[in-house]
Amino acid sequence: MSRQQRLSRWWFLGTLALALLLMLVPLPSVLEPFKPYWPALILLYWCLESEDRVTLGMAFALGLVADLLNGVVLGEQAMRLCALVFIALRFRSRLRFFPMWQQTLAVLALLLNDRILLLVVRVLSGASLPPADWWISPFVGALLWPFLFLLLDDLRARLRIQ
Amino acid sequence: MARARDESSPLFAGNAAGTLRLIFYLALTMVLMVLDHRNSWLWRIRYTASAVIEPVYRLAGLPAVGIRTASVAFADRQRLTEQNQRLREDLLLANAKLNRMSAVAVQNERLKQLLDTQHSLELNVQLAHVIGVDMGAYRYQITLNLGARDGVKPGQPVIDAHGVMGQIKEVLPTTSVVMLITDPSHAIPVTIERSGLRTVAYGSADGGQLSLPNIPLAADVRVGDHLLTSGLGGRFPPGFPVGEVRSVAPSPTGMFQMAQADPAADIDRSEDVLLLHDQAEPDGPPAPATPMGPPADLAPPVQAAPAPAASSQSSAFVKKSATPAPADSSGAPP
Repeated sequence: MSRQQRLSRWWFLGTLALALLLMLVPLPSVLEPFKPYWPALILLYWCLESEDRVTLGMAFALGLVADLLNGVVLGEQAMRLCALVFIALRFRSRLRFFPMWQQTLAVLALLLNDRILLLVVRVLSGASLPPADWWISPFVGALLWPFLFLLLDDLRARLRIQ
Repeated sequence: MARARDESSPLFAGNAAGTLRLIFYLALTMVLMVLDHRNSWLWRIRYTASAVIEPVYRLAGLPAVGIRTASVAFADRQRLTEQNQRLREDLLLANAKLNRMSAVAVQNERLKQLLDTQHSLELNVQLAHVIGVDMGAYRYQITLNLGARDGVKPGQPVIDAHGVMGQIKEVLPTTSVVMLITDPSHAIPVTIERSGLRTVAYGSADGGQLSLPNIPLAADVRVGDHLLTSGLGGRFPPGFPVGEVRSVAPSPTGMFQMAQADPAADIDRSEDVLLLHDQAEPDGPPAPATPMGPPADLAPPVQAAPAPAASSQSSAFVKKSATPAPADSSGAPP
């Protein structure tokens, strides 16, 4: 049993580390605006799947690590992920039983909200307004959501992780 | 799968503790952001955490390296041959130009010695590779594989084969971050090659271009003009290509002309870049000239009694002679 628990903890941390790595991996400049915000998607999955793993403090810590890696402003992603996780946990019971298309729409709303937060932070810190294709990313993230959800769920079932 | 959690997560209502905790964490992030924005602690923390961060960068850069290697490995023979041929021709051409230039460079050096200036045409450079890491921030930064241990310092200019790319912004022990000239918060002093007009090129917000927002209305700027670094400000050495003017239009206020320019460097595609090591000569007034007069050992010995008066007089003289220099240099923009 304890081996199972350890495995599940490593699997959880592994997916988060993978999300951070995916965030750093560059795409060709044509595809760049289509890159989803991976840490948010993975964190959202774990929010919906196992409530007791994801807390606000964890989202905060993950955001700080992401900020350290990304080097923009310390606390920016921590704030975004905290807000995201808070909303997701608040509506978790409903989100879990939504049909997939409704869940996708909810994820889209969450990711758009995240972008707006990011925009507010950037503008307040003196950056210029981003180009229009900057807004494509949440849509790509929402489109990927069903596949990501099913993939992670399937892997979790195969690994027999709670 | 069936788990009892009814009391911990009610279907609709939220618990107050969650909201309180959210407010606490949000306040914490705000404080962090403000402090970091003011003091830029982040880079100091990053520097200490670099032992963890840098391997992650290398790991994240691996896919890009892999794709590059694969594209070479699977490129067909004909394309490689063509590329090789083209590179040979380029090399031949560059060598021919270089040979012709070397004579001119020697002559230039001699003339400059006569004029007593210290510009040098020699380059002291260091080759660096770009690590493919996405640093957020709308793609105005690139990461290089050299850092403080290789002698890289913030502020060093970065060029590629075609022109200026940017300058080093932050340095970690074995990696460094370059701020590109297309960053909207970057400005580079340029001169227009054809007319010699001095102005400043800013990065433009819509990405990949430079904008020159304050050119005088009477100035002669045309599409196709080349921009060179002017060397003013002391950060970029003079004479490096920066870009080429794409469009010129009067500004909305009608007070200036605005121009858009394409950067000369391959900002998106460069894999290898050069770090310039010889910084431009420091700006500011030149050292005051030593007052002319007979050599000290031939001068009559100064009497001990009027020494304070003499020294105050001589300091007044030095001050007077030094005043024109700052006034002269203040004509140049910072």
